[in-house]
Amino acid sequence: MSSEWPLWEVFIRGQHGLNHRHVGSLHAPDAEMAIKNARDVYTRRNEGVSIWVVPSNQITASVPSEKGPMFEPSKSKIYRHPTFYDIPDEVGHM
Amino acid sequence: MYAQMVQSTGTLKTREEMDERERAFQDRIDAGEKIEPQDWMPEGYRKTLVRQIGQHAHSEIVGQLPEGNWITRAPTLERKAILLAKVQDEAGHGLYLYCAAETLGVSRDEMTEKLHDGEMKYSSIFNYPTLTWADIGAVGWLVDGAAIMNQVALQRTSYGPYSRAMVRICKEESFHQRQGYSIMMKMAAGTPEQKRMAQDALDRLWYPSLMMFGPSDAESVHSAQSMAWKIKVSTNDELRQKFVDQTVPQAEYLGLTIPDDKLAWNEEKGGYNFSEPDWQEFHDVLAGNGPCNADRMAARRTAWEDGAWYRDGLVAHANKRAAQRMAAE
Ligand SMILES: [Fe+2]
Ligand SMILES: [Fe+2]
Repeated sequence: MSSEWPLWEVFIRGQHGLNHRHVGSLHAPDAEMAIKNARDVYTRRNEGVSIWVVPSNQITASVPSEKGPMFEPSKSKIYRHPTFYDIPDEVGHM
Repeated sequence: MYAQMVQSTGTLKTREEMDERERAFQDRIDAGEKIEPQDWMPEGYRKTLVRQIGQHAHSEIVGQLPEGNWITRAPTLERKAILLAKVQDEAGHGLYLYCAAETLGVSRDEMTEKLHDGEMKYSSIFNYPTLTWADIGAVGWLVDGAAIMNQVALQRTSYGPYSRAMVRICKEESFHQRQGYSIMMKMAAGTPEQKRMAQDALDRLWYPSLMMFGPSDAESVHSAQSMAWKIKVSTNDELRQKFVDQTVPQAEYLGLTIPDDKLAWNEEKGGYNFSEPDWQEFHDVLAGNGPCNADRMAARRTAWEDGAWYRDGLVAHANKRAAQRMAAE
């Protein structure tokens, strides 16, 4: 038989209050084993308080060659940043 | 190193010989940008990386064998727990690296099979035996020490997933070297017999450790393209020199003698002069004729074949559960 175990992406919450962060991937036959393996592979030194696993083939990614049209529109919108506005010193911290 | 004599495909092209995409790619690398899995890359870059990362991964896995040999015979429960943790880390290192290689479109099982067929290699160092407990000390001190030298440099490698795996690995490695040196300190300060064992371990593992960095730059035919692509970031000789300079004072502290008559401080270059290892031996070991090549490969193949029923069983179980869930929905 010998079918290869599917690939899972692993996300770990490092500390309470932080987002889960992608740390890598691993092979496992199912989600339950993926969590167990992720514990052993990615949290041997208390790196986490919570683990998510997602089948790698369920991830949809943006297309690198469309980086321009995808992300450039936000570049010109400098008025979205607080530094765009001059507030006189007299007004104090804002 | 853990990846020695990795063959680089693609000859070094001048800017004029590159096409537009290749030039843009080289510009990104020169600017220090990381290349990510979905980005366009020259086929030679991809192939060289698969070879190098794969060989690196295999070395982590095969490297568990000489140390695993001593887990049941560690002198104290504490040393046993430490060695177990160290060997478990190496399994983790192998897995981080296989995953990095898999982002390049090759599967872990494929790489495993290529290792078993002898088509892919692992580091020459793991074909030497660990005969006494002192060897476990010397392996941590010298072999992990040499590996760290290389891996610290590789954190700056151009391929994102490889670089990130290196960052993770480097965080874990310093414990490996320190636990090895701590064994050496105990042995070197122990009974005369223990000190003799420590010296003997150093005598046997010194030159094989120097070989880990691969042949001299002058002989290293694959370096130029790999350096241009920042798949490799330091030359073999640079790293070897750094390793010797770092290790000599550590041996002096232990009161042990490095087995090299020519070893001498060279004020001019600000480093030690030292003897080259026997490169014929290195090539023989890589060709499969080292003291333990046959044992190591047999152990890996047996583990793979004897574990097949387990891997398959878990897949069967997962499929059954998935079918049940479907039926229940
Ligand atoms: Fe390692
Ligand atoms: Fe290590």
